[in-house]
Amino acid sequence: MSNQRTLSVLVENSPGVLARIAALFSRRGYNIDSLAVGPTEDPNISRMTIVIDVQGHALEQVIAQTDKLINVLSIVELDPVASVQRELLLVKVTTTAETRSQVLETVQLFRAKVVDVAKDAVTIEATGNSEKIHALLRVLEPYGIRELVQSGLVAMERGLKPGNTGNNSSND
Amino acid sequence: MNMTDKITGAQSLVKALEHAGVDVMFGIPGGAILPAYDPIFDSKIRHILVRHEQGAGHAATGYAQATGRVGVCIATSGPGATNLVTPLADAQMDSVPVVAITGQVASHAIGTDAFQEADIRGITMPVTKHNFLITNPDDIPHAIAAAFHIAGTGRPGAVLVDISKDALTNMTTFKWPEKISLAGYNPVMDPTDAAIKEAAKLIAQSTSPVLYVGGGIIKANASKQLMKLAELTGAPVVTTLMARGAFPDSHEQHLGMPGMHGTVAAVTALQKADLLITLGARFDDRVTGKISSFAPHAKIIHADIDPAEIGKVRAVDVALIGDLKHTIKALLPELESVFKKSKPDLTTWWASCSEWRTKYPLGYDQPSDGSLSPQYVIERIGKISGPDSIYVAGVGQHQMWASQFVGYENPRTWLNSGGLGTMGYAVPAAMGAKVGAPDTVVWAIDGDGCFQMTNQELVTCALNGIPIKVAIINNESLGMVRQWQTLFYNERFSNTDLHSKRVPDFAKLAEAMGCVGLHCDTKEDVDRVIKEAMEINDRPVVIDFNVHRDAMVWPMVAAGASNDDIVVAKSMAPVWDSQEL
Repeated sequence: MSNQRTLSVLVENSPGVLARIAALFSRRGYNIDSLAVGPTEDPNISRMTIVIDVQGHALEQVIAQTDKLINVLSIVELDPVASVQRELLLVKVTTTAETRSQVLETVQLFRAKVVDVAKDAVTIEATGNSEKIHALLRVLEPYGIRELVQSGLVAMERGLKPGNTGNNSSND
Repeated sequence: MNMTDKITGAQSLVKALEHAGVDVMFGIPGGAILPAYDPIFDSKIRHILVRHEQGAGHAATGYAQATGRVGVCIATSGPGATNLVTPLADAQMDSVPVVAITGQVASHAIGTDAFQEADIRGITMPVTKHNFLITNPDDIPHAIAAAFHIAGTGRPGAVLVDISKDALTNMTTFKWPEKISLAGYNPVMDPTDAAIKEAAKLIAQSTSPVLYVGGGIIKANASKQLMKLAELTGAPVVTTLMARGAFPDSHEQHLGMPGMHGTVAAVTALQKADLLITLGARFDDRVTGKISSFAPHAKIIHADIDPAEIGKVRAVDVALIGDLKHTIKALLPELESVFKKSKPDLTTWWASCSEWRTKYPLGYDQPSDGSLSPQYVIERIGKISGPDSIYVAGVGQHQMWASQFVGYENPRTWLNSGGLGTMGYAVPAAMGAKVGAPDTVVWAIDGDGCFQMTNQELVTCALNGIPIKVAIINNESLGMVRQWQTLFYNERFSNTDLHSKRVPDFAKLAEAMGCVGLHCDTKEDVDRVIKEAMEINDRPVVIDFNVHRDAMVWPMVAAGASNDDIVVAKSMAPVWDSQEL
């Protein structure tokens, strides 16, 4: 059912850029599944990782329309195989004397870590791709999930050279 | 004056506008923009004080459409700025280069719901090509230079520069950027050689091609190149509502306007074509009708400077991304060389096109009650004033008739609100066109509904020596809506009767605004009144043409219907059988 695609967008780090992207997606009827924004190695440039649910022709339109925004420096679709994709999860799970060791074992198995311990709950931090995060949550669910928070997906092309910053000379 | 001399942000703004080559701007002062109006008082830039900011925006658009230069409007914060939203959306939809300058409350007050504060940058984000909020006076010259660069290059559009009051009053030094380069903005000017070759190949294989010409040809000043391409290929030409005048109506290859109210020949040629050579057009729904049945047999070559137009509505076979002048210039030699090997024979195709054209010409009936036919009035204005005049329409029936019956020979002689469909466009846009082309006769062909939305700018015209001519096609109705009510709502005329043959008295209203007001009620008077208006050049003239209210725009493809179901006149669809290809 899902046609999730990951777009990596380099934008000028200036006020209103997020609003422009959001307004464009809203106006053109594109659905954002997740969006993460953060600085890059160049303080004047931010990277947005946008996950959207589109396919084929619609994807080309999203890319072309987004690329038209003056503050957008480049936009590429990231191939899931040729890129590293990560989400961050914080989840608070109910524990009892009987279940605590099982929960901790799960944490080990998923190479997650416990970041807070209370009398009847532990807070777990995990990073990974969407599949891993979902799998972890499925295993933890029977113990009782009190609260959870997830970041948007962040992603980067594999290999040495970031191919999506190559073609644009910056303005100075 | 030294580059290092301290001046106010407001002075820097006016210097920047002068450096950008602005010769005229349309605007109204107010609190937040007031600091800018002090140096404007001393500037060589002509400032025309309009009566409503919407008028300023459309005037800037009309100026830009008529001249090809960037139009400029200026307003204060809050309501001044929000009144510009409609003309900015209008200009952006029709790819008209316009720069709007707005005052904003002082930067420390932004976000506090201060007096006359509106987030105009946020509001105009979806209806501009780009916009700026400037709070530091040092940023003003670069923002103005960038605004003109963005508005006037690539696919032209509307750009807004919002400047806080403290940025206008604080001190700065002026430094004009010699060259503007924006990292995220690099319009592609030339299509690839491979695409040109591919396009030429498709054209050489086509036996029933159509040159589907849009407003981009006018924006790119590529009418001459279009003529060469048309004559080299021998293909039929259709010009969209935004492209009227891009190719002479009198040319034998011209089949007229396609679309909802296009000619049968133009609409049918697109439907039956095996190739559309699309030049600066965007497959608008008013052209395509039901998209799934539009030009079903045609391969598509799409030439446009905006990559996002490619495949937006209709999948293409060859994309030519670039400036149209460059594109056609590159295509011509390639075509010449492929035509040397084989040039398709269009004789059969032209036999069909000619038959549609002869059998279903544009026409209209004279009203049986002897009242005045609106189409006749418009046709006579076109004949008497001629193809060197500029014609500016509002939106509705009169707009379609003006497109159909004036007769256009030159680019930039037909101005209208095509994309947004802004009623009230004509009078202020005609004002802007006349300011840009003072030696040209400028006619606003307006409806009585449209005229009542923006006629206050006739005061501006009268006071500033801008003698436009306004023909009100007065059918005392919101005529196009009334037409739809006739056709689709069982003649239930809900709220479309304007009573404008009783109130207002348009001639008296015109006189009150410092114009000459004329009446015309009969066919016999039409030529005389038009000629009388042609003689008056010291004041604007308004003619109230009292026309038949039930006249309708034909042909018509109903909204959402297939172009195959074009109706020539009420309940009379063409018979296709004999022409099936």
